[in-house]
Amino acid sequence: MSESSGTERQTATVDSDSIEDPLLEVDGLRKQFGGVVAVDGATFAVGEGSLTGLIGPNGAGKSTTFNCITGIHEPTGGRVTFDGQEITGLPPYTLANRGLVRTFQIARELSDMTVLENVMLAPDDQVGESAIRSVLPGLRDDVIADEEAVRDRAWETLDFFEIDHLAHENAGNLSGGQRKLLEMARVLMTDPEMVLLDEPLAGVNPTLEEKLLERIHELRREQGLTFLLVEHDMDVIMNNCEHIIVMHQGSVLAEGDAEAITSDERVLEAYLGGEV
Amino acid sequence: MSVAESVRDRLDALPDIGLVAGFMGAIWAIMLVLALSVGGAEWANLAAGFIGSVTVLIGGYAILALALNLQWGYTGLFNIGIAGFMAVGAYTTAILTAPTDPAAGAVAGLGLPLWVGLLGGMLAAAVIGGLAALPALRLKADYLAIVTVAFSEVIRLTVNWSGLAEFSLFGRTLGTGGATGISFESANDVAGSLVNGVGAPVAAAFQGVGVSAPNLANLTYGLMLMAVVGASYWVFARLTNSPFGRVLKAIREDETVTQSLGKDTRVFKIKTFMIGCALMGLAGVLFRGQAGYISPSQFRPTITFYVFAALIIGGSGSNTGSILGAATFSGLLFYLPARIGENVPLGTRAPSNIVEAVAALGSLDPFPLVAYTVGNVSTLRFVLIGVVLIYIIQNQPDGLLGHRNEPAASVDLDRSRADLGGESDE
Ligand SMILES: Nc1ncnc2c1ncn2[C@@H]1O[C@H](COP(=O)(O)OP(=O)(O)O)[C@@H](O)[C@H]1O
Ligand SMILES: [Mg+2]
Repeated sequence: MSESSGTERQTATVDSDSIEDPLLEVDGLRKQFGGVVAVDGATFAVGEGSLTGLIGPNGAGKSTTFNCITGIHEPTGGRVTFDGQEITGLPPYTLANRGLVRTFQIARELSDMTVLENVMLAPDDQVGESAIRSVLPGLRDDVIADEEAVRDRAWETLDFFEIDHLAHENAGNLSGGQRKLLEMARVLMTDPEMVLLDEPLAGVNPTLEEKLLERIHELRREQGLTFLLVEHDMDVIMNNCEHIIVMHQGSVLAEGDAEAITSDERVLEAYLGGEV
Repeated sequence: MSVAESVRDRLDALPDIGLVAGFMGAIWAIMLVLALSVGGAEWANLAAGFIGSVTVLIGGYAILALALNLQWGYTGLFNIGIAGFMAVGAYTTAILTAPTDPAAGAVAGLGLPLWVGLLGGMLAAAVIGGLAALPALRLKADYLAIVTVAFSEVIRLTVNWSGLAEFSLFGRTLGTGGATGISFESANDVAGSLVNGVGAPVAAAFQGVGVSAPNLANLTYGLMLMAVVGASYWVFARLTNSPFGRVLKAIREDETVTQSLGKDTRVFKIKTFMIGCALMGLAGVLFRGQAGYISPSQFRPTITFYVFAALIIGGSGSNTGSILGAATFSGLLFYLPARIGENVPLGTRAPSNIVEAVAALGSLDPFPLVAYTVGNVSTLRFVLIGVVLIYIIQNQPDGLLGHRNEPAASVDLDRSRADLGGESDE
């Protein structure tokens, strides 16, 4: 990559070695759409079991970074490593099966399917995903047993997210906030190791927001899950994330804990001073 | 409440088997009434002829609509090459089963038993379908539409090509018969031997009231096709009411999300396309090859359009709807008008063109227009089909049953008893 030398200057200021035990490492990630450079040599790491915040003004390239990490977009350059293995450009289903999943900034519910179907779709390797097993009489018994377990788990998840009363409703009929909850419920049903959350709290009421954040901390504590969270509400980020990455114009501007970020002049400038 | 709504509510209240049986019964009753009113002393034979033919037609379209429903209704795979996949199945069966010592001028085959031929036909259609679907592994659905329509025309032109009409392979002579077509052991013969064998006493009773042997065999064949419809429905209902079916629906809704949830959608798409094409191949030989003879002209692209029409009427995404749509399209819109046109006497006042017919309305005489319509109903039914399709797309876009919420799962999705904590005191 001939361009990588040009981005050296920006990445040099970032000390990602400071992350102990990184689960996800992004190195010089670049994504270009025609003339637009959406991600321009972003380099950062996310520690295993952490709740890391990813912030930056609109258009900074956060969502595109997510898309490149999770295989939705093929990166133009750079490397992504997950759990010690290079995953650059791998398709989304491979990554999901390895435990790396994401939610979408604009909720993508499967609108002509019920809420319960949306959630029951998610678990990996369901017995009944085999065409033969779901048809043949003897084999279908296993499918049914497996599905009963999935169904019960789905109901528990819907209970937690307080959308159980909508279980039989088509997902397309949900409100914006409810769709966000469905996205998160669905992604947790995949039994992930790491979840990338793209503005999951937008449109969610404050009480439930509290509950979701509590749940995230609980999943970290009890199951060792890792979260990378994009969120516009600075209070949420500052109060919950032990490590924060700030992106600006496609690359990482600064990173550190809440205190370091709030006192960083470049960050203030990026947020207040606009593009100039 | 509109008429459409009240019809729909009534349909919703019935179990699916009752719905299909009631629908078929009603169509048979209409055929019987038609035969009684125009058949005179011959009514029984005429009724058997009508009912047999309409049942074969509905059976054929029902199998095709079920297959398309799996591909398009469930998965969103836009297959506009149905005719081609039917041809692959039909020709493979024909070549496998045609006699090794054919009549003069006919093309020889491998002389294998019919069941081997049918399995071979399905397999070949599945393999060709899988090949056609390869480009569709990309996310964009448009590729598949273009590729399937191209495949279907290439297949039709290939079997029509004189170069393949007869050739030698491993010392045996076989071929497609080119434009002349190919004869093989007819599935209809099976119906014939049923009528003459185990069914002989029943057949005698039918013949007693004047039903001819060919009409009786045709009726039997129609019922056999309905059994194939029943078996296909059983398989497809289990296939779709399962986690497999859930993934298919998810692909239709949003393939990227489905992939993000860990499903290798390519595998599901290919499998689905192959299963659907296998069934289309079977329909190709059972339906188009009923008489033990096929030729390229039986696999024109119009049939693809008809199957889409049937599925849109019935409700894309519903297996039961596929069958009802096939019955409505082929029985009521396609077959019935043609029989009315043939059998209703018009007298001498029927005008020769639409202008005269409409002009007569000026003198308050509606008869010429009615007579003209009836006399030309074979042509006008295509207008009728178009009007019905436009009505449905405008007012009832989900067809007869597509609005139903049919969650894809193998179990009852209500909260299980164990979850209802408060009720554990049993
Ligand atoms: N699919 C795309 N095609 C073209 N440009 C895009 C595409 N996706 C994002 N961009 C551009 O990339 C830049 C970064 O966008 P995005 O990653 O959505 O930012 P953020 O999520 O930080 O708000 C923006 O200028 C946006 O217009
Ligand atoms: Mg964004």
